[in-house]
Amino acid sequence: MKISISATINGKPVHVSVEPRTSLADLLREELRLTATHLGCEQGVCGACTVLIDGQPARACIALAVGLEGADIRTLEGLDQDPLMLTLKAAFHDKHGLQCGFCTPGMLISAWDLLRRKPRLSTEEIRVAISGNLCRCTGYQGIVRSIQSAAEKYAGKAELAREQA
Amino acid sequence: MKPAPFTYHRASSIDDAIAHLKGGDTIVRPLAGGQSLVPMLNLRLAPADKLVDLTRIDALRRSEERPDCIRYGALVTHAAFEDRLVPDASNGLMPFVGSQIAYRAIRTRGTIGGALALADPAADWLTTIVALEAEIALVGPNGRRAIAGTDFVLGPYMTAIEDAELIEAIAVPRRPASERWGHYKVARKTGEYAESMAIALIDKTCGTARLVVGATDGAPLVLEKSSHDIAAGSGGEALATTIRRELADSGRDFSPEKLLLHCTTAVRAVANSEKR
Repeated sequence: MKISISATINGKPVHVSVEPRTSLADLLREELRLTATHLGCEQGVCGACTVLIDGQPARACIALAVGLEGADIRTLEGLDQDPLMLTLKAAFHDKHGLQCGFCTPGMLISAWDLLRRKPRLSTEEIRVAISGNLCRCTGYQGIVRSIQSAAEKYAGKAELAREQA
Repeated sequence: MKPAPFTYHRASSIDDAIAHLKGGDTIVRPLAGGQSLVPMLNLRLAPADKLVDLTRIDALRRSEERPDCIRYGALVTHAAFEDRLVPDASNGLMPFVGSQIAYRAIRTRGTIGGALALADPAADWLTTIVALEAEIALVGPNGRRAIAGTDFVLGPYMTAIEDAELIEAIAVPRRPASERWGHYKVARKTGEYAESMAIALIDKTCGTARLVVGATDGAPLVLEKSSHDIAAGSGGEALATTIRRELADSGRDFSPEKLLLHCTTAVRAVANSEKR
């Protein structure tokens, strides 16, 4: 039996009926056609489906949509104007942070959350923080460099903004 | 994979949840953070006819400071411990353990009560609550009861939780400020389940010690003899020998390699307590 839920997805109110077993990832991809959220393992290991639920990173493949009544969900599509996300995307482009791109949406969301919580990071901290996002192409070197570069740029911008204010 | 179909009830209160957990012939499971249960549903490893969602029960989210302990609601997330959004009386051990569990995207949803209820031997909180001598508050059809952490875990994935019973809260006693803790965990990859973990709580001022080894083949092991020796000032090779002997005599079926691993983890946890 389907159950109706109301949630905010990328800033827009959404009302849908879902089967209790439908994951947030399947709701996003199959019903709402928000296909930036990728599905790799479907058991919470690979991190490709990482989205923001109420501002916190979470695995969309192991979040049941039915349990998200009233939640504020943001996917990569919903961060397309976000300054930090734009900085991260540019850094992934400059520093070769991706090859096939399958893990990239999850990597970007995890990195976005990381830089919001900890603006200044060592490479070791970055490696620990992205250990829940698997990449089978890059060997992670480019991803770590991308996040490091974005962190420096973002911290620089924040400092500039403070000086100007 | 996708889960097999099940029905769903969003519980509005503890009483409502308990009423819905009485399944009769059907398999009814409580849903907390879902970070272990939902993967197991996806893999069709855990059968369920019905899920009772506990996440909207505010009473299970509350933490309460008491004179002798802090009571954490079962739904307090690992990230809430990591970010120190809840009070701490373990000299920083609980925030540290919270920050070490899996990955941030898991910690934001996974809960202490859910992790304990599953009782995966390798789960971080299980060893931690046994080390901290915490008490588990349960609520069920026959009312409320409290059980010591050491009596709560019966074996791998086996707990003292009875039919339609829920973990309501975890009461962690206030540890003395003079106590130092040491933690050591061996995992194949950052964020993976532990191959072995140990926690040492050593208070040289009061002359007490408690050494617990987890991620074994069952409940966490409290090494009483080794703890006694640590309190009496034992260290170095003599202590390592005592730990190895106590683990070997624990009645668990450790392979030589596992015995060495658990012994090393325990020794390193004791050594790490010196660094704090």
